[in-house]
Amino acid sequence: MTYIAKPKFHHPSLPKNALGYTHRDYEGKVSTLCAGCGHDSITASVIEACYELAIEPHRVAKISGIGCSSKTTDYFLNASHGFNSVHGRMPSVLTGANLANRDLIYLGVSGDGDSASIGFGQFAHSMRRGVNMTYIVENNGVYGLTKGQFSATADRGSKSKRGLTNNDNAIDMVAMALQLGATYVARAFSGDKTQLVPLIKGAIEHQGAAFIDVISPCVAFNNHAGSTKSFDYVREHNEAVNRLDFISGRAPIHVDYDPGTTQVVEQHDGSRLVLKKVSADYDANDRLGAMNFLGHHASKGQIVTGLIYVDSEPEDLHTHFNTVDKPLNALSEKELCPGSATLEKINAALR
Amino acid sequence: MSNKTPISSVNDFVVRFANVNGSGSASANELFARSVLRMGVPVSPRNIFPSNIQGLPTWYEVRITEAGHLGARGGVDLMVAMNPQTWDKDLAMIEPGGYLFYDSTKPMPSSKFRPDITVIGVPLTAICNREYTDPRQRQLFKNIMYVGALSALLDMDVKAIEQLISEQFKGKEKLFDANKNALHLGRDWALLNLECPIGLRVQRADKVGDRIFMEGNSAAALGAVYGGATVCAWYPITPSSSLADAFTSYCRRLRVDPETKKMNVAIVQGEDELASMGIVVGAAWNGARAFTATSGPGVSLMTEFLGLAYFAEIPAVLFNVQRAGPSTGMPTRTQQCDVISCAYASHGDTKHVLLFPEDPREAFEFGALSFDLADRLQTPIFVMLDLDIGMNHRLCRPLTWDDSRKYDRGKVMTAEMLDAGKEFGRYLDVDGDGIPYRTYPGTHPTKGAYFTRGTSRDRYARYTEEGAPYADNMQRLLRKFETAKDLVPRPLIANSDKPTRYGVIYYGSTAPAMDEANQALKTAGKNLDLLRVRAFPFHHTVEDFIADHDFVFVVEQNRDAQLRSLIVNECGIDPARLVPILHYDGTPITARFIAKSIGERLDALKVTPLRKVVS
Repeated sequence: MTYIAKPKFHHPSLPKNALGYTHRDYEGKVSTLCAGCGHDSITASVIEACYELAIEPHRVAKISGIGCSSKTTDYFLNASHGFNSVHGRMPSVLTGANLANRDLIYLGVSGDGDSASIGFGQFAHSMRRGVNMTYIVENNGVYGLTKGQFSATADRGSKSKRGLTNNDNAIDMVAMALQLGATYVARAFSGDKTQLVPLIKGAIEHQGAAFIDVISPCVAFNNHAGSTKSFDYVREHNEAVNRLDFISGRAPIHVDYDPGTTQVVEQHDGSRLVLKKVSADYDANDRLGAMNFLGHHASKGQIVTGLIYVDSEPEDLHTHFNTVDKPLNALSEKELCPGSATLEKINAALR
Repeated sequence: MSNKTPISSVNDFVVRFANVNGSGSASANELFARSVLRMGVPVSPRNIFPSNIQGLPTWYEVRITEAGHLGARGGVDLMVAMNPQTWDKDLAMIEPGGYLFYDSTKPMPSSKFRPDITVIGVPLTAICNREYTDPRQRQLFKNIMYVGALSALLDMDVKAIEQLISEQFKGKEKLFDANKNALHLGRDWALLNLECPIGLRVQRADKVGDRIFMEGNSAAALGAVYGGATVCAWYPITPSSSLADAFTSYCRRLRVDPETKKMNVAIVQGEDELASMGIVVGAAWNGARAFTATSGPGVSLMTEFLGLAYFAEIPAVLFNVQRAGPSTGMPTRTQQCDVISCAYASHGDTKHVLLFPEDPREAFEFGALSFDLADRLQTPIFVMLDLDIGMNHRLCRPLTWDDSRKYDRGKVMTAEMLDAGKEFGRYLDVDGDGIPYRTYPGTHPTKGAYFTRGTSRDRYARYTEEGAPYADNMQRLLRKFETAKDLVPRPLIANSDKPTRYGVIYYGSTAPAMDEANQALKTAGKNLDLLRVRAFPFHHTVEDFIADHDFVFVVEQNRDAQLRSLIVNECGIDPARLVPILHYDGTPITARFIAKSIGERLDALKVTPLRKVVS
């Protein structure tokens, strides 16, 4: 229960990150989700990624919509402001928040119902605007809080727990994000923390619209035979394009890698993404190629995971608007109010 | 020609231009209105336009009024009939003894005219075809040409018109010459061939003073600039689009950082009204001053967010430029029809603060003030304009700004305050005014963070589904609404100089017509006390005013007497004491309508009962 406080004490020898924070400083309330929920694994990965990046927790704004996934923002980063907003409308709230203060890190958490069904329009427009954010969809293909209805990412032909078959085509959020101009596009499996943590780290450092689709089985309503979002199904059909190592530009760490099977992508802030390629000819800088690759594997029933696309020179909404460097919420009368002398001139021109 | 004595009037008549949308008439008609203004005579122009870009009928009405009556009058004294499609309707609208101006190039059968009006024909098309070869020029200069002819017929100062043209085409000498030439083509033809002037004349006066001529939407947008708005998110909808457009163009001039040339503002055209309101809510949550501009249908789409903003206590400003509803209703016609839907917008128990500006000057003032109120009260503030104020040029007092004025950012707890040990509970009523403190995201490494949600929580923003903390919070929101009563603009009362048992309550764009109607009623011996509501929640003076009168007329521009319902509901007033006076056909309310409606009811009240026959 979220109103049950988590004990604050911890073992004195817990490791600390560059800022002197422990893991505990990145935790949130106790999860109220079902035991074994994939979403809780994602929460753990978010905590791990923020800890490893040594982010100041209060410099993150975590914004979500409505649903099981959207509740998770309460389960990490207690020292951050969170906003559990309106169903399907996280992207607009995040966009507004981002415009108000460009200096914070924006973490948007949503689900497949929240982003692919009711909020599909807002998802699309936040991608095409290039809002600087990490947008995570915790994708289980099902409505959990309302007990087991299909969402728009449920695969055609997949079966619900009640035995109904989904006849509608599935929306592939990754394909959509690529098409809409997201500059960092990834997919992961919630059960694979070693894959997910570096992808989240890369997304946070990415200075543009970063999207991660995380397949996250619903243990209550979508983990049965016939489901295409179950633990077993995803493990069997996972086609990883690469395994990512993340190297922060702020604290360079030497990592050994085999040049024959890796691709290094340097992001604008100096951080480096080292992709250990599974598929040797895969190029994560090629948007068109990524779309082709995705479609090709989808037709074979394979779920492509890994860093699928990254633009190492992204632009964001503030660049497009040419807004001042200072956060807009910190501007005062001095910058904002043109004053009475200017108003006199305006009056004169209206006579 | 006329069998009725032609109307004779100096500086007090109505000219109506009937045009085809997209024919370039708007700028010529505005030139006419401004020329009268430059002669020191107040004008009150109104656009009556279709939901169309090209081809459908459109009208522009100019009331010339030395007495300064800026409301619509009703009736037309001079019809400039440039649209054959609406000829019959336009002709029927002319007052007996009035004048018809038309393009006489093509002969018209006498059955197409009226015997009780004066007909003035000018062969505009023929002159144009003779003078110009380019079809576009023929069209545009025809418009300027009728302004020229009117200047002769109405005895106007041609220098005033020329001056305006030169200001309009400053630095474009060729265009100035061409327009001036067209003006004189029309004027000279009229002087040579017609009896000038007619019974209607514009005579130089000194009644405009330092007043400005501005649209309410521009004024509201400028108010948002002065009020410190830094995020604007909107979706196009008539009649509010020109507000966001005006904000954009003002910002291009006034919000550019002088050193870096970067913008001190972000303006997003959202993908819909839902996203626009979401962006406003997100920005305001994060400490920016944010607003949207929309109209009734847009408010409907925003209502889920408005409920969240009310409950989660997010400051937001919404300019609602009302139009006739329901649904898409009459998108280009005016009404005050969203009073109830905005006052109670959203699900659950919600109440919102509404401001009712009467003209562009108040649109500017309330526009700027709304951001202080939103921050102070941490709730959405609606600035309720309408098409009549928003999209028409209105003469009003010049805008003013006090340079010592500071923005009221409300109760925001800073890192220093948190470090000093001040207790922070996001929904804790520390001052007894129902208003809690908030923190901006990113304020402090360990203190002051909280989780915002639309679901219930306790005073420290901790999730709870318990009944008592929920009710406690809802009660505090009511206390906050009480606090609002003393912060919003107070009602303005104008008492009759003679004691009266009757009062009138009115608001917004009804104001000029109401003032004029009141003068007429007074002349007829009917005395009324007036109260102009400027905001909701209602200040106690509204209740006092009603208590002080036997009957109070509530004049408004909607079918359902929405403000009256709100007063009845919120102040617990006996409905029988509030008499609705309603105008809702999409045209602006007129003094004639108000004076007639109230006059008739007052007359009915005066009927003395028959004395009981004693046998």
